[in-house]
Amino acid sequence: MDIFDFSEGREGYYGEYGGVFLPEILHATIEELLACFRQCKADPTFWREYVELLQNYSGRPTPVTHLANLSQQLGGAQIYVKRDDLNHTGSHKINNVMGQGLLCKRLGKRRVIAETGAGQHGFATATMAARFGFDCKVYMGAVDVARQRPNVFWMENLGAEVIAVEDGQRTLKDAINECMRDWVANMADTHYVLGTACGPHPFPEMVSWFQSIIGLEAREQLLGLTGKLPDRVYACVGGGSNAIGIFQGFLSDDNVELIGCEAGGLGAGSNLHAARLAYNDASVGVAQGFKTYFLQNDQGNMNETHSIAAGLDYIGVNPIFSYLWEQGKVRFEAATDEQVKDALRLCMRTEGLIPALESTHAFVTAIDEAPSMGRDEIILINQSGRGDKDIFTIADALDDQKWKDFICAKADQYRQEKN
Amino acid sequence: MALAEYIHQRREQRDILVMAHVVCGYPSFEANMQALEIMHAAGVDLVELQFPFSEPSADGPLFVKANEASLKAGTTIDQCFDFMHAVSQRFSFKVMMMGYYNTVYKMGEAQFVERLADAGGVAFIVPDLPIEESENLYRLSAAAAIEPIVLMTPTTSDARLAVLGEACRGMAYVVARKGVTGSKTAMGDDVLALIERCRRHTEVPIGVGFGVSSRDDLEVLRGAADVAIVGTAALRAWQTGGADGLREFFKALLA
Repeated sequence: MDIFDFSEGREGYYGEYGGVFLPEILHATIEELLACFRQCKADPTFWREYVELLQNYSGRPTPVTHLANLSQQLGGAQIYVKRDDLNHTGSHKINNVMGQGLLCKRLGKRRVIAETGAGQHGFATATMAARFGFDCKVYMGAVDVARQRPNVFWMENLGAEVIAVEDGQRTLKDAINECMRDWVANMADTHYVLGTACGPHPFPEMVSWFQSIIGLEAREQLLGLTGKLPDRVYACVGGGSNAIGIFQGFLSDDNVELIGCEAGGLGAGSNLHAARLAYNDASVGVAQGFKTYFLQNDQGNMNETHSIAAGLDYIGVNPIFSYLWEQGKVRFEAATDEQVKDALRLCMRTEGLIPALESTHAFVTAIDEAPSMGRDEIILINQSGRGDKDIFTIADALDDQKWKDFICAKADQYRQEKN
Repeated sequence: MALAEYIHQRREQRDILVMAHVVCGYPSFEANMQALEIMHAAGVDLVELQFPFSEPSADGPLFVKANEASLKAGTTIDQCFDFMHAVSQRFSFKVMMMGYYNTVYKMGEAQFVERLADAGGVAFIVPDLPIEESENLYRLSAAAAIEPIVLMTPTTSDARLAVLGEACRGMAYVVARKGVTGSKTAMGDDVLALIERCRRHTEVPIGVGFGVSSRDDLEVLRGAADVAIVGTAALRAWQTGGADGLREFFKALLA
């Protein structure tokens, strides 16, 4: 199926979801972006340049790893993992960012802005901007700046300016609003590098296109390794870019089940989660430039969300997923914070893998379902990011006393140096 | 009386009208009412009542904080409509709704138009709803004699202005500059040229907003625009000087 064939429906719509809901002042900018994107998508040399860039700069193709130990321990399906954690900067975010960097060059713009939640997308954008020679400003909620200092450190050292956003909940959604405000003033020389498959058209399509490299590679690699297609593919869903990336390798394969894993936070009914489709708390709305399922109240104002993984902690979901979910093409499940910690420990001990907390949500659901599947069945998980560089977050999540002692000692040392 | 007719009629006595802005429930509905009394006494012709939203992405810092504080204080849509009803009963100026599309979408477009009409509102400004998405809402509002205010901006091409001009009813809102609400605009030839360009594409009266903050700005717009739209500057006057500050602000603006 080609979800991006709009010839029979409305451009930029997936069922009733998606669209462009922006102030009139951005109309010309979005049209310009759409025209440029259409040219790039139709130009095979663009995609070739993109793939070569990722091969030379980011280590693509990332491998597919068979988790023999974990598969045997669970006693069911054979588990394979697509290793997008092995990208430069540590996650799949670099794919989209390098693609938009190439596109920005074609647009003739030399300044980029980006929102970031956990900091992964901001980190990747700062990296791209350094490489391409763009000015770069990253908007990040003040709460996130406070809890994700390592990523802020890298962004600043890569030459980006990081702005702590003090409005609203001071998290990802507020950073997106602030990007919009920058963009409506500076669109003439500025490209907005949106980090996930959300926002106004053409962003969901564009981000999906760049991330489709994950699925294209994984399909071929798994066929090479096993001679078969997977029975089920699992990916975590925050905004939904890594998931739509890997799923696109299998959308036309009717026998491959696709499972999106959302942030269950403290669980169903807790109101402290970011599960838009897996739980029953979200409803259709229009915000941040597009129509999709949002976690909002009956007045249409957005709710607070929560996840152990900052990268999944978002009010809305990829509009393509709202459609594919309604069509029964993608199943949605949620993993709670507690389940994520357990699954992370299991992955580290049995396979020596350290998935990011975000990606671990996909492992939770896969680990839960693998035992009830046959030994000849195949599971593919997208490990979209690596956890070792988020040591502060993960040590916190695992409540590691020795780490805390170390940080206290380090703090004492800095304090002494100051005096 | 329909909005365009109202503006034309008032314009026979005055060469520029003023539209003011209030964020419902900020700092409180009582304070809103007091501010509107001052605006009314000063001779304000039109008022937009902003329904607070959690993601006010087209607004500048002052209004963002106002939206946030209002919601935190528990402001509901019911209260906003009740307030609009009280305001439209009490004052002679015309009242319109300003807000974001999710507020409209969540309650349903038909219900929104019905409630707006019941509350005595004459128009709405929903900046994140492009005309491509507004066919149904515009149709419903036409049937209820409610005017959808279309925004025209400095980045809007002539071809696009022609399309927007087709959709215009009641009043066109010309955005004086790029950016969000609340920063200073150098009111000058650029703005006058933009108004001139917009005039070529619509018959309806033209209001100009974004950065209109002083009597000097009004002087520039006099003769070119029909309505000067004052938002952030008045809120700032209230925040720094309370009721007296606001009174002084409008006195200086309209003297």
